Amino acid sequence: MTTITEAPALAPGGTARKLSYVKAFNEGLAQAMREDENVFVAGEDVAGYGGVFRMFDNLLDEFGPRRMIDTPISEAALVGLGVGAAARGLRPVVDLMFMDFIGVCLDQIVNQAAKMKYMFGGSVSVPLTITTASGAGLGAAAQHSQSLEAWLAHVPGLKVVMPSDAYTAKGLTVSAIRDDNPVVVMLNKVLLGSTSDVPEQIYGIPLGQAHTARHGSDVTVIALGRMVGEALAAAEELAAEGIEVEVIDPRTVQPLDTETMFASVRRTNRVLVVHEAVTFGGLGGEIAAQIQDAAFDYLDAPVLRIGAPFSPVPFSPVLEKAYVPDQARIVQGCRRLLERS
Amino acid sequence: MAQRASKKSAGPAANHTSAQVVRDLHERMVRIRLFETEAGKLMEAGKLPGFLHLYVGQEAVAAGVMAALRDDDQITSTHRGHGHAVAKGVSFKHMYAELYGRVTGACLGRGGSMHINDVSLGMLGANGIVGAGVPIAVGAAFAAQYRGEDNIAVTFFGDGATNIGSFHEGANMAAILRLPVLFICENNGYAEFTPQSKHMLITDVAERAASYGMPSVIVDGMDALAVHQATVEAVARARAGEGPMFIEAKTYRYYDHQGVKGLRHPYRSDAEVEEWKARDAIDLIEARALSDGTATRAELDETWRRTRDEIAEAIAYAEASPLPDTADLLLNVYSG
Repeated sequence: MTTITEAPALAPGGTARKLSYVKAFNEGLAQAMREDENVFVAGEDVAGYGGVFRMFDNLLDEFGPRRMIDTPISEAALVGLGVGAAARGLRPVVDLMFMDFIGVCLDQIVNQAAKMKYMFGGSVSVPLTITTASGAGLGAAAQHSQSLEAWLAHVPGLKVVMPSDAYTAKGLTVSAIRDDNPVVVMLNKVLLGSTSDVPEQIYGIPLGQAHTARHGSDVTVIALGRMVGEALAAAEELAAEGIEVEVIDPRTVQPLDTETMFASVRRTNRVLVVHEAVTFGGLGGEIAAQIQDAAFDYLDAPVLRIGAPFSPVPFSPVLEKAYVPDQARIVQGCRRLLERS
Repeated sequence: MAQRASKKSAGPAANHTSAQVVRDLHERMVRIRLFETEAGKLMEAGKLPGFLHLYVGQEAVAAGVMAALRDDDQITSTHRGHGHAVAKGVSFKHMYAELYGRVTGACLGRGGSMHINDVSLGMLGANGIVGAGVPIAVGAAFAAQYRGEDNIAVTFFGDGATNIGSFHEGANMAAILRLPVLFICENNGYAEFTPQSKHMLITDVAERAASYGMPSVIVDGMDALAVHQATVEAVARARAGEGPMFIEAKTYRYYDHQGVKGLRHPYRSDAEVEEWKARDAIDLIEARALSDGTATRAELDETWRRTRDEIAEAIAYAEASPLPDTADLLLNVYSG
């Protein structure tokens, strides 16, 4: 099976239909804005233009300039505006367009949004949602292609979600907006046009709960964001050879649902972690360490990590294709794990 | 040094309305002065962990601005934030307990000197990152405008902070969105240990406001009435929806950038310090009060005495307060 299914309780009512990742995001955001008057959107070209990825299409028409705000190219002030407004009880959604731009506003995210509640002795909450487009694959080169989830997952006080398809793009966005903490929603640029079944009604997907996207008994593949689809395709390929791969989509990388991973590893005894970010210092290292700590005796082989090489994202399509992990590398990794045990 | 605003405040009408204001400003300044000098002594005695950036010398700015605000007006402060907190009304007990790292502190002992806050009083925190409070105040002002409320936001920062991007981004954002924010630049002449002449080529920081289409005024930051009068006008403007305004208060800090003791090298002269102390803000307002009959010497002395008593009580409270339980270390990392 290759479709991601969900427990009925998480997808209440309404008709599901095929929707693209970006339209699912847009629908979830619009429904969250209808649900709560305190939700507004600010960012560069989010209102009049609808966002460079069409993430915010038509929202200005429905919600007007009071709730859809075009800002100057000032990411520090933009996120700071979100922090201050959130501390005063609004639920801002601020858009950073490309995740690579996070460097120019990291102080507001890391030192202000993430720490305010703790430093203030709990007297304030910062229900801020930061949306941004991440990932390589569009020939956008090194400053418009990164997956920097490890930077943010390292910071106590932040939550980080990585939707892997249209269904999670909507549900995780809704949950991010409803959450009382700063949450970074890392949309994936390559997935924007991909489609999956998406319920019409508003629904949230619990943050910090992994989803087993495919059940299997031989190898566990833990895949982040766009890599979930690659892992599912790899699982199909291996299934033809009688190898059953279990695919886990953490959905949220902070907080990280390690229990689901441990339980899976105890059954399959082999695990591969795959993400688009560079392998060095990536989430794969953290996940591997935790699995070895919690389930060492169950492992028939060392935890295998697959990520990008330690290089900026290259521009030329031939180099970029070699850079980003894919189905073939996941298949190869699974075979290697089976050979070692 | 005193500019437009202080001249306006010198008129007969201002004198007529100022008796209560003068006493209020005096009391706020005395509270800051004593809070800080006692905190300095505690630091010297080795009783306080961490850093201490004392506000002494700049009292007229915090007092003058805060006396023009309402409780529901929001402020963001700086690493030198005790003065703003005291003037906004944060309790001595909670402040000293925080400096001591006690669980009864303003931040439950999790923030310390640089993060003292009281959101119930609109004090959105001191801040350890120079300039970072500017965009946060812009966001607080946005929230007020979004809800159609008439509270405003005020952000305090130093001359040094106007060299950082978040100041410029925040100023432009506030201007373009026409938000009710006051930008209060406390120009004390130094960015840590670097004199203004070595960190910018202009003398009046207020000039920077013009590039964002924001009106500005320069006031004598040792004259609490001048600061107050300028702020009253800026607040009225902001509440009326006329957008942000920049006030530069020329002031001075008596202690060093951090702590109480002297520095490794003389980055400023004793003569310079004495020159500013000769224009001390509290001396100035007391002389004014006595000369125009706003207050008697006995009344002024009573303010000092009462404040000293309150501080002694607050320090005793802090010292008797329990330390945080290490089992609660993870408390409030997340909401929910």
